[in-house]
Amino acid sequence: MKKFLVRLNYKKWFNVLRDGIARNNPIVVTVLGICSSLAVANMVENAIAMGIGVTLVTMLSSAFIALIRNLIPSQVRMVTYMVVISTFTIVFEMFLKALTPEIAERLGAYVGLIITNCIVMGRAEAFAVKNPVRYSTIDAFASGMGYTFVLIVMSVIRELLSNGSILNIQLLGADWINWTIFAIAPGGFFVISLFIWGLRVWLKYYEE
Amino acid sequence: MVSITVLIEIFIASLLPFNIALASILGMCPLIAISTNVTNAKGMGLAVVLVTTLTAAINWPIYEFLKWSGTDTLDLLVFMITIAASVQFLELAMQKFLPALYNAFGIYLPLITVNCIVLAVSLFFVNYDYGFLETVVFALGSSLGWAFAIVLLSGIREKLSVIADLPRGLKGKAIAFVLLGILALAFIGFAGIARVDPIQ
Repeated sequence: MKKFLVRLNYKKWFNVLRDGIARNNPIVVTVLGICSSLAVANMVENAIAMGIGVTLVTMLSSAFIALIRNLIPSQVRMVTYMVVISTFTIVFEMFLKALTPEIAERLGAYVGLIITNCIVMGRAEAFAVKNPVRYSTIDAFASGMGYTFVLIVMSVIRELLSNGSILNIQLLGADWINWTIFAIAPGGFFVISLFIWGLRVWLKYYEE
Repeated sequence: MVSITVLIEIFIASLLPFNIALASILGMCPLIAISTNVTNAKGMGLAVVLVTTLTAAINWPIYEFLKWSGTDTLDLLVFMITIAASVQFLELAMQKFLPALYNAFGIYLPLITVNCIVLAVSLFFVNYDYGFLETVVFALGSSLGWAFAIVLLSGIREKLSVIADLPRGLKGKAIAFVLLGILALAFIGFAGIARVDPIQ
Protein backbone atom coordinates (compact mmCIF):
# COMPACT_ATOMS: atom_id res chain seq x y z
CA MET A 1 0.00 0.00 0.00
CA LYS A 2 2.73 2.43 1.01
CA LYS A 3 4.72 1.52 -2.06
CA PHE A 4 1.69 2.25 -4.19
CA LEU A 5 1.27 5.68 -2.60
CA VAL A 6 4.93 6.52 -3.16
CA ARG A 7 4.74 5.43 -6.77
CA LEU A 8 1.61 7.53 -7.21
CA ASN A 9 3.69 10.64 -6.53
CA TYR A 10 5.60 10.09 -9.77
CA LYS A 11 2.53 9.72 -11.92
CA LYS A 12 1.67 12.84 -13.87
CA TRP A 13 -2.09 12.43 -13.59
CA PHE A 14 -1.88 12.20 -9.80
CA ASN A 15 0.23 15.35 -9.50
CA VAL A 16 -2.11 17.25 -11.77
CA LEU A 17 -5.08 16.14 -9.68
CA ARG A 18 -3.51 17.00 -6.33
CA ASP A 19 -2.30 20.43 -7.47
CA GLY A 20 -5.76 21.41 -8.65
CA ILE A 21 -7.57 20.37 -5.48
CA ALA A 22 -5.11 21.45 -2.82
CA ARG A 23 -1.93 23.28 -3.76
CA ASN A 24 -3.31 25.50 -6.50
CA ASN A 25 -6.89 25.58 -5.31
CA PRO A 26 -8.33 28.34 -7.50
CA ILE A 27 -10.32 30.10 -4.79
CA VAL A 28 -7.91 29.93 -1.88
CA VAL A 29 -4.60 30.64 -3.57
CA THR A 30 -5.46 32.90 -6.47
CA VAL A 31 -8.96 34.05 -5.39
CA LEU A 32 -10.37 33.56 -8.87
CA GLY A 33 -13.83 32.80 -10.06
CA ILE A 34 -15.95 33.51 -7.03
CA CYS A 35 -17.92 36.21 -8.82
CA SER A 36 -20.46 33.90 -10.34
CA SER A 37 -21.06 31.76 -7.28
CA LEU A 38 -20.74 33.59 -3.98
CA ALA A 39 -24.19 35.13 -4.30
CA VAL A 40 -25.97 31.81 -4.88
CA ALA A 41 -23.85 29.65 -2.55
CA ASN A 42 -26.20 30.30 0.37
CA MET A 43 -27.84 26.86 0.06
CA VAL A 44 -26.06 23.53 -0.30
CA GLU A 45 -28.29 22.53 -3.25
CA ASN A 46 -27.33 25.63 -5.20
CA ALA A 47 -23.66 25.16 -4.40
CA ILE A 48 -23.69 21.58 -5.67
CA ALA A 49 -25.48 22.57 -8.88
CA MET A 50 -23.10 25.45 -9.47
CA GLY A 51 -20.05 23.29 -8.68
CA ILE A 52 -21.17 20.58 -11.10
CA GLY A 53 -21.79 23.23 -13.72
CA VAL A 54 -18.36 24.80 -13.41
CA THR A 55 -16.62 21.40 -13.30
CA LEU A 56 -18.46 20.10 -16.36
CA VAL A 57 -17.99 23.25 -18.41
CA THR A 58 -14.30 23.42 -17.48
CA MET A 59 -13.74 19.74 -18.32
CA LEU A 60 -15.59 19.80 -21.63
CA SER A 61 -14.06 23.03 -22.83
CA SER A 62 -10.54 22.05 -21.72
CA ALA A 63 -10.86 18.70 -23.49
CA PHE A 64 -12.19 20.34 -26.63
CA ILE A 65 -9.52 23.05 -26.66
CA ALA A 66 -6.79 20.44 -26.07
CA LEU A 67 -8.21 18.47 -28.99
CA ILE A 68 -7.99 21.38 -31.42
CA ARG A 69 -4.96 23.07 -29.82
CA ASN A 70 -2.78 22.66 -32.90
CA LEU A 71 -5.39 24.22 -35.15
CA ILE A 72 -5.99 27.44 -33.15
CA PRO A 73 -3.96 30.41 -34.42
CA SER A 74 -2.49 32.10 -31.34
CA GLN A 75 -3.79 35.58 -32.27
CA VAL A 76 -7.43 34.57 -32.10
CA ARG A 77 -7.18 32.00 -29.30
CA MET A 78 -9.11 34.10 -26.76
CA VAL A 79 -12.09 34.43 -29.05
CA THR A 80 -11.94 30.71 -29.77
CA TYR A 81 -12.01 29.95 -26.01
CA MET A 82 -14.98 32.27 -25.55
CA VAL A 83 -16.98 30.55 -28.27
CA VAL A 84 -16.19 27.05 -26.97
CA ILE A 85 -16.94 27.98 -23.34
CA SER A 86 -20.17 29.79 -24.24
CA THR A 87 -21.38 26.79 -26.20
CA PHE A 88 -20.82 24.36 -23.33
CA THR A 89 -22.38 26.80 -20.84
CA ILE A 90 -25.50 27.02 -22.99
CA VAL A 91 -25.62 23.21 -23.10
CA PHE A 92 -25.34 23.01 -19.30
CA GLU A 93 -27.99 25.71 -18.83
CA MET A 94 -30.43 23.76 -21.01
CA PHE A 95 -29.71 20.53 -19.08
CA LEU A 96 -30.28 22.24 -15.75
CA LYS A 97 -33.55 23.79 -16.91
CA ALA A 98 -34.77 20.39 -18.06
CA LEU A 99 -33.62 18.36 -15.02
CA THR A 100 -34.22 20.62 -12.03
CA PRO A 101 -36.35 23.60 -13.04
CA GLU A 102 -36.60 24.94 -9.48
CA ILE A 103 -32.83 25.12 -8.98
CA ALA A 104 -32.42 26.64 -12.44
CA GLU A 105 -35.00 29.24 -11.45
CA ARG A 106 -33.11 30.07 -8.24
CA LEU A 107 -29.72 30.31 -9.95
CA GLY A 108 -31.20 32.47 -12.71
CA ALA A 109 -28.69 34.55 -14.62
CA TYR A 110 -25.81 33.21 -12.54
CA VAL A 111 -25.60 30.02 -14.63
CA GLY A 112 -24.79 32.10 -17.69
CA LEU A 113 -22.05 33.81 -15.71
CA ILE A 114 -20.05 30.56 -15.68
CA ILE A 115 -18.67 31.88 -18.99
CA THR A 116 -16.90 34.75 -17.26
CA ASN A 117 -15.69 32.50 -14.45
CA CYS A 118 -11.96 33.04 -14.55
CA ILE A 119 -11.24 29.38 -13.76
CA VAL A 120 -12.63 28.05 -17.04
CA MET A 121 -10.68 30.52 -19.15
CA GLY A 122 -7.63 30.22 -16.90
CA ARG A 123 -7.41 26.43 -17.28
CA ALA A 124 -7.81 26.72 -21.05
CA GLU A 125 -5.04 29.30 -21.33
CA ALA A 126 -2.65 27.90 -18.72
CA PHE A 127 -2.99 24.17 -19.35
CA ALA A 128 -5.26 22.85 -22.09
CA VAL A 129 -3.66 24.77 -24.92
CA LYS A 130 -0.30 23.03 -24.48
CA ASN A 131 -1.20 19.58 -23.09
CA PRO A 132 -2.86 16.45 -24.51
CA VAL A 133 -6.56 15.77 -23.99
CA ARG A 134 -6.33 13.32 -21.07
CA TYR A 135 -4.15 15.52 -18.82
CA SER A 136 -6.21 18.59 -19.69
CA THR A 137 -9.38 16.80 -18.66
CA ILE A 138 -7.87 15.67 -15.35
CA ASP A 139 -6.52 19.14 -14.68
CA ALA A 140 -9.89 20.72 -15.40
CA PHE A 141 -11.62 18.13 -13.20
CA ALA A 142 -9.23 18.87 -10.32
CA SER A 143 -9.73 22.63 -10.55
CA GLY A 144 -13.47 22.18 -10.75
CA MET A 145 -13.45 19.86 -7.72
CA GLY A 146 -11.28 22.26 -5.70
CA TYR A 147 -13.80 24.96 -6.51
CA THR A 148 -16.82 22.80 -5.71
CA PHE A 149 -15.28 21.80 -2.39
CA VAL A 150 -14.89 25.42 -1.30
CA LEU A 151 -18.43 26.27 -2.43
CA ILE A 152 -19.94 23.35 -0.53
CA VAL A 153 -18.06 24.11 2.70
CA MET A 154 -19.17 27.74 2.50
CA SER A 155 -22.77 26.90 1.71
CA VAL A 156 -22.96 24.39 4.59
CA ILE A 157 -21.93 27.13 7.02
CA ARG A 158 -24.24 29.67 5.45
CA GLU A 159 -27.31 27.44 5.17
CA LEU A 160 -26.88 26.14 8.72
CA LEU A 161 -26.64 29.62 10.22
CA SER A 162 -29.26 31.31 8.07
CA ASN A 163 -31.87 28.53 7.98
CA GLY A 164 -30.85 25.96 10.59
CA SER A 165 -30.87 23.31 7.86
CA ILE A 166 -28.58 21.46 5.47
CA LEU A 167 -29.92 20.30 2.10
CA ASN A 168 -33.35 21.46 3.33
CA ILE A 169 -33.24 19.00 6.26
CA GLN A 170 -33.92 20.89 9.48
CA LEU A 171 -31.04 20.21 11.86
CA LEU A 172 -31.28 22.89 14.51
CA GLY A 173 -34.28 22.94 16.82
CA ALA A 174 -37.23 25.30 16.87
CA ASP A 175 -35.58 27.65 19.35
CA TRP A 176 -32.81 28.43 16.87
CA ILE A 177 -33.01 32.04 15.65
CA ASN A 178 -32.08 32.37 11.98
CA TRP A 179 -29.17 34.66 11.09
CA THR A 180 -30.66 36.01 7.89
CA ILE A 181 -27.50 38.03 7.28
CA PHE A 182 -25.69 34.83 6.27
CA ALA A 183 -28.08 34.18 3.39
CA ILE A 184 -27.27 37.53 1.75
CA ALA A 185 -24.13 39.26 0.55
CA PRO A 186 -22.38 40.33 3.81
CA GLY A 187 -22.53 36.78 5.17
CA GLY A 188 -20.94 35.49 1.98
CA PHE A 189 -18.11 37.99 2.26
CA PHE A 190 -17.44 37.21 5.93
CA VAL A 191 -17.49 33.43 5.44
CA ILE A 192 -15.13 33.51 2.46
CA SER A 193 -12.69 35.83 4.23
CA LEU A 194 -12.54 33.55 7.27
CA PHE A 195 -12.16 30.55 4.97
CA ILE A 196 -9.25 32.11 3.06
CA TRP A 197 -7.62 33.19 6.31
CA GLY A 198 -7.89 29.72 7.86
CA LEU A 199 -6.60 27.88 4.82
CA ARG A 200 -3.73 30.31 4.33
CA VAL A 201 -2.57 29.82 7.88
CA TRP A 202 -2.86 26.05 7.41
CA LEU A 203 -1.06 25.94 4.05
CA LYS A 204 1.46 28.62 5.15
CA TYR A 205 0.65 30.60 2.02
CA TYR A 206 0.97 34.29 2.81
CA GLU A 207 1.04 37.47 0.76
CA GLU A 208 3.00 40.42 2.07
CA MET B 1 -43.15 55.04 -23.04
CA VAL B 2 -41.69 54.69 -19.56
CA SER B 3 -42.16 57.56 -17.18
CA ILE B 4 -39.17 59.47 -15.88
CA THR B 5 -39.92 58.49 -12.27
CA VAL B 6 -39.57 54.80 -13.10
CA LEU B 7 -36.21 55.48 -14.74
CA ILE B 8 -34.99 57.45 -11.73
CA GLU B 9 -36.10 54.67 -9.40
CA ILE B 10 -34.30 52.03 -11.45
CA PHE B 11 -31.19 54.20 -11.43
CA ILE B 12 -31.22 54.74 -7.65
CA ALA B 13 -32.11 51.11 -6.93
CA SER B 14 -29.29 49.71 -9.06
CA LEU B 15 -26.82 52.28 -7.70
CA LEU B 16 -27.40 51.89 -3.95
CA PRO B 17 -29.61 49.18 -2.42
CA PHE B 18 -29.08 46.62 -5.18
CA ASN B 19 -25.45 47.54 -5.81
CA ILE B 20 -24.06 45.00 -8.25
CA ALA B 21 -20.82 44.51 -6.30
CA LEU B 22 -22.10 44.60 -2.74
CA ALA B 23 -25.54 42.99 -3.07
CA SER B 24 -25.20 40.69 -6.11
CA ILE B 25 -21.50 39.92 -5.47
CA LEU B 26 -20.39 40.33 -9.07
CA GLY B 27 -17.16 41.55 -10.64
CA MET B 28 -15.09 40.32 -7.70
CA CYS B 29 -11.84 39.41 -9.50
CA PRO B 30 -11.00 42.96 -10.65
CA LEU B 31 -12.56 44.43 -7.50
CA ILE B 32 -10.08 42.56 -5.32
CA ALA B 33 -7.12 42.73 -7.69
CA ILE B 34 -7.18 46.42 -8.62
CA SER B 35 -8.40 48.03 -5.38
CA THR B 36 -4.96 48.47 -3.83
CA ASN B 37 -4.76 52.17 -4.75
CA VAL B 38 -7.34 54.83 -5.50
CA THR B 39 -5.96 56.05 -8.84
CA ASN B 40 -6.10 52.62 -10.46
CA ALA B 41 -9.54 52.00 -8.96
CA LYS B 42 -10.88 55.19 -10.54
CA GLY B 43 -9.48 54.24 -13.96
CA MET B 44 -10.97 50.76 -13.80
CA GLY B 45 -14.31 52.13 -12.57
CA LEU B 46 -14.55 54.60 -15.44
CA ALA B 47 -13.66 51.96 -18.02
CA VAL B 48 -16.33 49.62 -16.63
CA VAL B 49 -19.01 52.34 -16.71
CA LEU B 50 -18.17 53.09 -20.34
CA VAL B 51 -18.09 49.49 -21.56
CA THR B 52 -21.10 48.22 -19.58
CA THR B 53 -23.44 51.00 -20.70
CA LEU B 54 -22.29 50.73 -24.30
CA THR B 55 -22.60 46.94 -24.56
CA ALA B 56 -25.99 46.86 -22.84
CA ALA B 57 -27.25 49.42 -25.36
CA ILE B 58 -25.88 47.30 -28.23
CA ASN B 59 -27.10 44.00 -26.81
CA TRP B 60 -30.71 45.12 -26.34
CA PRO B 61 -31.59 45.44 -30.07
CA ILE B 62 -29.59 42.28 -30.80
CA TYR B 63 -31.61 40.34 -28.22
CA GLU B 64 -34.84 41.69 -29.74
CA PHE B 65 -33.65 40.35 -33.09
CA LEU B 66 -32.81 36.95 -31.54
CA LYS B 67 -36.28 36.77 -29.98
CA TRP B 68 -37.84 37.71 -33.31
CA SER B 69 -35.91 35.00 -35.15
CA GLY B 70 -36.55 32.40 -32.41
CA THR B 71 -32.88 31.74 -31.60
CA ASP B 72 -32.81 33.27 -28.13
CA THR B 73 -31.21 30.17 -26.57
CA LEU B 74 -28.01 31.41 -28.18
CA ASP B 75 -28.13 34.69 -26.25
CA LEU B 76 -25.05 33.92 -24.14
CA LEU B 77 -22.85 33.22 -27.14
CA VAL B 78 -24.03 36.31 -29.00
CA PHE B 79 -23.64 38.58 -25.96
CA MET B 80 -20.08 37.38 -25.42
CA ILE B 81 -19.17 38.08 -29.03
CA THR B 82 -20.74 41.54 -28.88
CA ILE B 83 -18.84 42.34 -25.69
CA ALA B 84 -15.50 41.11 -27.02
CA ALA B 85 -15.99 42.92 -30.32
CA SER B 86 -17.08 46.22 -28.78
CA VAL B 87 -14.19 46.21 -26.30
CA GLN B 88 -11.78 45.62 -29.18
CA PHE B 89 -13.44 48.34 -31.25
CA LEU B 90 -13.46 50.80 -28.36
CA GLU B 91 -9.76 50.15 -27.82
CA LEU B 92 -8.90 50.82 -31.47
CA ALA B 93 -11.11 53.91 -31.68
CA MET B 94 -9.66 55.40 -28.49
CA GLN B 95 -6.12 54.69 -29.60
CA LYS B 96 -6.81 56.64 -32.79
CA PHE B 97 -8.94 59.56 -31.59
CA LEU B 98 -8.36 59.93 -27.83
CA PRO B 99 -4.78 58.78 -27.18
CA ALA B 100 -4.61 60.58 -23.80
CA LEU B 101 -7.65 58.75 -22.46
CA TYR B 102 -6.38 55.51 -24.00
CA ASN B 103 -3.11 55.82 -22.10
CA ALA B 104 -4.99 56.57 -18.90
CA PHE B 105 -7.07 53.40 -19.24
CA GLY B 106 -4.01 51.33 -20.13
CA ILE B 107 -4.50 47.64 -19.51
CA TYR B 108 -7.94 47.93 -17.91
CA LEU B 109 -9.88 48.03 -21.14
CA PRO B 110 -8.99 44.53 -22.49
CA LEU B 111 -9.43 43.10 -18.97
CA ILE B 112 -13.07 44.13 -19.00
CA THR B 113 -13.99 41.49 -21.58
CA VAL B 114 -13.88 38.88 -18.83
CA ASN B 115 -15.47 41.08 -16.19
CA CYS B 116 -18.60 39.37 -14.94
CA ILE B 117 -20.65 42.52 -14.56
CA VAL B 118 -20.66 43.43 -18.25
CA LEU B 119 -22.25 40.09 -19.11
CA ALA B 120 -24.37 40.11 -15.94
CA VAL B 121 -26.07 43.41 -16.82
CA SER B 122 -26.93 42.03 -20.25
CA LEU B 123 -28.34 38.84 -18.74
CA PHE B 124 -30.30 40.73 -16.07
CA PHE B 125 -32.13 42.95 -18.55
CA VAL B 126 -33.23 39.80 -20.36
CA ASN B 127 -34.60 38.38 -17.09
CA TYR B 128 -36.48 41.54 -16.14
CA ASP B 129 -37.96 42.27 -19.58
CA TYR B 130 -36.65 45.81 -19.64
CA GLY B 131 -37.24 48.20 -22.54
CA PHE B 132 -34.37 50.07 -24.18
CA LEU B 133 -34.33 53.17 -21.96
CA GLU B 134 -34.72 51.12 -18.80
CA THR B 135 -31.84 48.89 -19.92
CA VAL B 136 -29.51 51.83 -20.49
CA VAL B 137 -30.42 53.44 -17.15
CA PHE B 138 -30.05 50.11 -15.34
CA ALA B 139 -26.64 49.52 -16.96
CA LEU B 140 -25.47 53.02 -16.06
CA GLY B 141 -26.68 52.70 -12.47
CA SER B 142 -25.16 49.26 -11.95
CA SER B 143 -21.79 50.15 -13.39
CA LEU B 144 -21.63 53.45 -11.47
CA GLY B 145 -22.48 51.44 -8.37
CA TRP B 146 -19.59 49.08 -9.09
CA ALA B 147 -17.23 52.02 -9.65
CA PHE B 148 -18.45 53.53 -6.35
CA ALA B 149 -17.74 50.26 -4.53
CA ILE B 150 -14.23 49.86 -5.94
CA VAL B 151 -13.28 53.46 -5.10
CA LEU B 152 -14.61 53.08 -1.53
CA LEU B 153 -12.78 49.79 -1.06
CA SER B 154 -9.50 51.08 -2.47
CA GLY B 155 -9.62 54.14 -0.21
CA ILE B 156 -10.04 51.96 2.87
CA ARG B 157 -7.37 49.49 1.77
CA GLU B 158 -4.88 52.28 1.06
CA LYS B 159 -5.31 53.69 4.59
CA LEU B 160 -5.38 50.25 6.16
CA SER B 161 -2.09 49.18 4.59
CA VAL B 162 -0.37 52.07 6.37
CA ILE B 163 -1.91 51.99 9.84
CA ALA B 164 -3.11 48.45 10.51
CA ASP B 165 -1.12 45.63 12.05
CA LEU B 166 -2.87 42.57 10.69
CA PRO B 167 -2.25 38.84 11.25
CA ARG B 168 -0.18 37.42 8.40
CA GLY B 169 -2.88 35.19 6.96
CA LEU B 170 -5.40 38.01 6.87
CA LYS B 171 -3.24 40.33 4.78
CA GLY B 172 -4.16 41.13 1.21
CA LYS B 173 -7.21 39.39 -0.13
CA ALA B 174 -8.75 38.07 3.07
CA ILE B 175 -8.98 41.50 4.68
CA ALA B 176 -10.42 42.90 1.44
CA PHE B 177 -13.33 40.47 1.81
CA VAL B 178 -13.87 41.51 5.44
CA LEU B 179 -14.02 45.13 4.30
CA LEU B 180 -16.44 44.22 1.51
CA GLY B 181 -18.66 42.48 4.06
CA ILE B 182 -18.75 45.59 6.25
CA LEU B 183 -19.49 47.79 3.22
CA ALA B 184 -22.27 45.41 2.18
CA LEU B 185 -23.75 45.61 5.69
CA ALA B 186 -23.71 49.39 5.40
CA PHE B 187 -25.42 49.24 2.01
CA ILE B 188 -28.29 47.20 3.46
CA GLY B 189 -29.18 50.46 5.18
CA PHE B 190 -30.23 51.86 1.79
CA ALA B 191 -32.82 49.11 1.37
CA GLY B 192 -35.87 51.30 1.87
CA ILE B 193 -34.75 53.99 -0.55
CA ALA B 194 -36.37 52.66 -3.73
CA ARG B 195 -39.72 50.98 -4.23
CA VAL B 196 -38.82 49.00 -7.35
CA ASP B 197 -36.85 45.82 -7.01
CA PRO B 198 -34.69 45.48 -10.12
CA ILE B 199 -33.00 42.35 -8.84
CA GLN B 200 -35.54 39.89 -7.54
